[in-house]
Amino acid sequence: MLNNIYNIFFIPEIFLACSSFVCLLFGLFLKKNAFRQTSNLAVFVLLLTILLVYYDRESNFANYKSLFSHSSFINFFKILALLGSIASVIISKDYFLGIKLKNFEIPILFLFSTLGMMLMIASNNLMSMYLAIELQSLSLYVAAAIKRDSISSAESGVKYFILGALSSGILLYGFSLIYGFTGSMNFDDISFYLSKYDNLNLGLIFGLVFVMVGLAFKVSAVPFHMWTPDVYEGAPNSITGFFAIVPKIAAVALIYRFCLVPFENFYLEWSQIILFLSIASMFLGAIAAIAQSNIKRLLAYSSIGHIGYILIALVAANDDGIKAASIYMFSYMIMNVAIFAILLSLKVKNEYLINISDLKGLSKSNPIVSLSISIIMLSMAGIPPFIGFFGKFYIFIAAIEQELYVLSVLGVLASVISAFYYLRIIKIMYFDETKSEGIINFQISFQSKIILSLSLFLIICFIFYPSLLINISASLTI
Amino acid sequence: MIDWPLVSVIIFLPLIGALIILFIKEDELTSINIKWSALLATLGTFILSLILWLQFDYSNPSYQYEEKFRWFDDFNFFYHVGVDGISLFMILLSTFLTPLCILASWNNIKKRVKEYMLSFLFLETVMIGMFASIDILLFYIFFEAVLIPMYLIIGIWGGNRRIYASFKFFLYTLLGSVLMLIAIIVMYRNTSSMSIEFLQGNFFSYNTQLFLWLAFFASFAVKIPMWPFHTWLPDAHVEAPTAGSVILAGVLLKMGGYGFIRFSLGMLPEATEFFIPLIMTLSIVAIVYTSLVALAQTDIKKLIAYSSVAHMGIVTIGIFLVNQQGLEGAMMQMISHGLVSAALFLCVGVIYDRMHTREIEFYGGLVQRMPLYATVFMIFMLGSVGLPGTSGFIGEFLVIVGAFKFSSYVVIGAAFGIILSAVYMLYLYKRIIFGTITNNKLADILDINTREKIILIPLAISVILLGIFPNLFLDPMRLSLELIITNYEIANAK
Repeated sequence: MLNNIYNIFFIPEIFLACSSFVCLLFGLFLKKNAFRQTSNLAVFVLLLTILLVYYDRESNFANYKSLFSHSSFINFFKILALLGSIASVIISKDYFLGIKLKNFEIPILFLFSTLGMMLMIASNNLMSMYLAIELQSLSLYVAAAIKRDSISSAESGVKYFILGALSSGILLYGFSLIYGFTGSMNFDDISFYLSKYDNLNLGLIFGLVFVMVGLAFKVSAVPFHMWTPDVYEGAPNSITGFFAIVPKIAAVALIYRFCLVPFENFYLEWSQIILFLSIASMFLGAIAAIAQSNIKRLLAYSSIGHIGYILIALVAANDDGIKAASIYMFSYMIMNVAIFAILLSLKVKNEYLINISDLKGLSKSNPIVSLSISIIMLSMAGIPPFIGFFGKFYIFIAAIEQELYVLSVLGVLASVISAFYYLRIIKIMYFDETKSEGIINFQISFQSKIILSLSLFLIICFIFYPSLLINISASLTI
Repeated sequence: MIDWPLVSVIIFLPLIGALIILFIKEDELTSINIKWSALLATLGTFILSLILWLQFDYSNPSYQYEEKFRWFDDFNFFYHVGVDGISLFMILLSTFLTPLCILASWNNIKKRVKEYMLSFLFLETVMIGMFASIDILLFYIFFEAVLIPMYLIIGIWGGNRRIYASFKFFLYTLLGSVLMLIAIIVMYRNTSSMSIEFLQGNFFSYNTQLFLWLAFFASFAVKIPMWPFHTWLPDAHVEAPTAGSVILAGVLLKMGGYGFIRFSLGMLPEATEFFIPLIMTLSIVAIVYTSLVALAQTDIKKLIAYSSVAHMGIVTIGIFLVNQQGLEGAMMQMISHGLVSAALFLCVGVIYDRMHTREIEFYGGLVQRMPLYATVFMIFMLGSVGLPGTSGFIGEFLVIVGAFKFSSYVVIGAAFGIILSAVYMLYLYKRIIFGTITNNKLADILDINTREKIILIPLAISVILLGIFPNLFLDPMRLSLELIITNYEIANAK
């Protein structure tokens, strides 16, 4: 065990919490370039946290009387969330400077939200889970409304806050029911208590349903997805990027852990709910995205669709499902980082790009960017040889292992429908004739360029050496 | 024998060419360099694939030139490629047609030459890769990746309704192939193997086979295409640029036939036996119906597109007869159709480049101004009809001989289709070639130039070669086909 009290600062979460406060002070005392410097410091802090998470694998110190848990699955998702937030801090820096939104609090909000997510992923207790969710969400509510003088940003912040608070309330009520009927808040104790029974009583079923509703809201699964397109649309683009990339990772890890740890033995009860959420999300995500003209709304529906696929692997509830979810989540993060790195650097007549139709003619003025967008879109649609295909492939392997044939067939049908709107973006860039050229500017900072190239490299080259990621995800235990 | 990875080199040489082109900056002057690089890469591939044929061991029914590497650590997926008698000629067809396509687009593709050549080279890599794969996952990845370049080729360089056609092509074929993905995973779950060679041992229970068969059918019936899943084809053909139609008719349709032989016959023999009546019915309907539809067309390309569906009907009949003559006939018909329909589309391209219309009404009396063109067109037209001495005859004859063993109704249907094919092709030829020139715009039309001769003459020679020396092609594939038939009969004798 650890005998030095200073070692407590090497626990990733505590380190991140303390460093976030340091960042806050740092930003406060800086006169010039506060935003830029704080962002750089935030990236540095997050990188250190990744190292700590990586080397913290073996210790059991962070359990805090089993408020939090420790496993390879948790560590994988923590690192994924940290990587996602590093990427989104870096790619959003120039955008914030571009729209003259230089509040140094933004990277700090990201840090606190990331801290909340790490706790969320690791939580092993209803209470710590709730508090972690709230820490994460509160930072995001503020982030959505950070552009105070913009009506749409404020609207999206308020909308997110009200609906988020409602879902938190439902979640909390579910927790109270579960606590009331099992007498414990700890996941392991709940699991132990439930193992004595063959089926859940009515109170526990209600509790489970309420918690599922709350969690479905957090992952934005249909029919609790309504906030997603509006919030994505209203928030500044870079905040949208953060929303799309990081919180989903934590929420997915949480819903996996909640279903597979305390309610492991009651597969039938929760799998029906997840099954419905999954099918509805896949199809609504695919169909509703077709009519969108705003790229952010389109990506919102696309992320709803992706959540549907991840939930297939949860319904499968086997080792392959966990593997599939981690591979899918990795590919989802990489693809979203890449697309947002591009979107945050595209300007149409000095305005950042919003309408899909503004992409017209991009293939002539900037062939490399349009080629990159095409590759990302094909990957998101799940067309081989890109990484998105392998994510879907592993999901279907998991589903068929569990003999979920109908669900798999529905899944592939939804993927065909969704291919339509991804292709539409390629169509706009390549097929539509345009006379006016050069209205689109692509300016990208060196750091974002590295992030973009790296993620494109992973999207394209995953096929050549898949085992690297697959061996890691195959070894994960929940 | 060859001790270097010949098959992999053939697969990836076009891709290397594409990478080189990627770094050539495109402008007025360098576009010729792009074209030459593409042509050299594809010609190199063709020459290498000829080595494949020359070194081929005729006495070996299974895969040759095998290369196998571990690909995924957790599942038994391998990078496993090789060539047998069935895939040999499919690969040769792809490598033979692609340089011709590059040549055919030499002057008439003026915008985005770089992207065009990139698409074609990528397309060649995935086509060859698909035919050479022995691992089903690898096969599937190439099979679906074909959609990407073809979608771009139709959508960017196509005609007026290109967007509609490209989406229809993409979504239709994607819908078919995703169901195949599910079937592949089910197969893997049952056997823990993805090797095409290993799975040809009848491992699945009867009911599983029926479902798997339907999933594969969804994919290949759309691809080949069979009636009533053929509606994407006329749109895609009409709207695609000439070279796109050539590859579409020449190679992509063969992917369906190839899949039927490898997967349906090879892996799911009992289900195949069950579904043979369905296939025969659909094929005969396809032959008669699409031939009649072809007769009514006013657009030359559309007419040839419908004739492709009819010819593919002969192929599916031949495949599902599952006897030596039927399968050999189907293979010959596929190779022959690959050459003939490709050549016919190129011929249409020749007059389209000059007059920018494909309306049959517009033309007439071309023989007066273009005697050489009339001659080569005649060869291909007769090849399509199946005149003895041309490649088309061998395939149709063998299929009909094989069909007599099965049912005389099928023979009647197929023969009726062949008669109809003579009707619509000769009628087409009469309308555009014979007679006197009535349209003044045609008064100055020029005969085929040197570039077009270089494209059309090798095709004409191979059509006739195939018709006179069919054994040149039948010998290498015979043992591989026999192996499939033997496995099939053993499985169904149980």
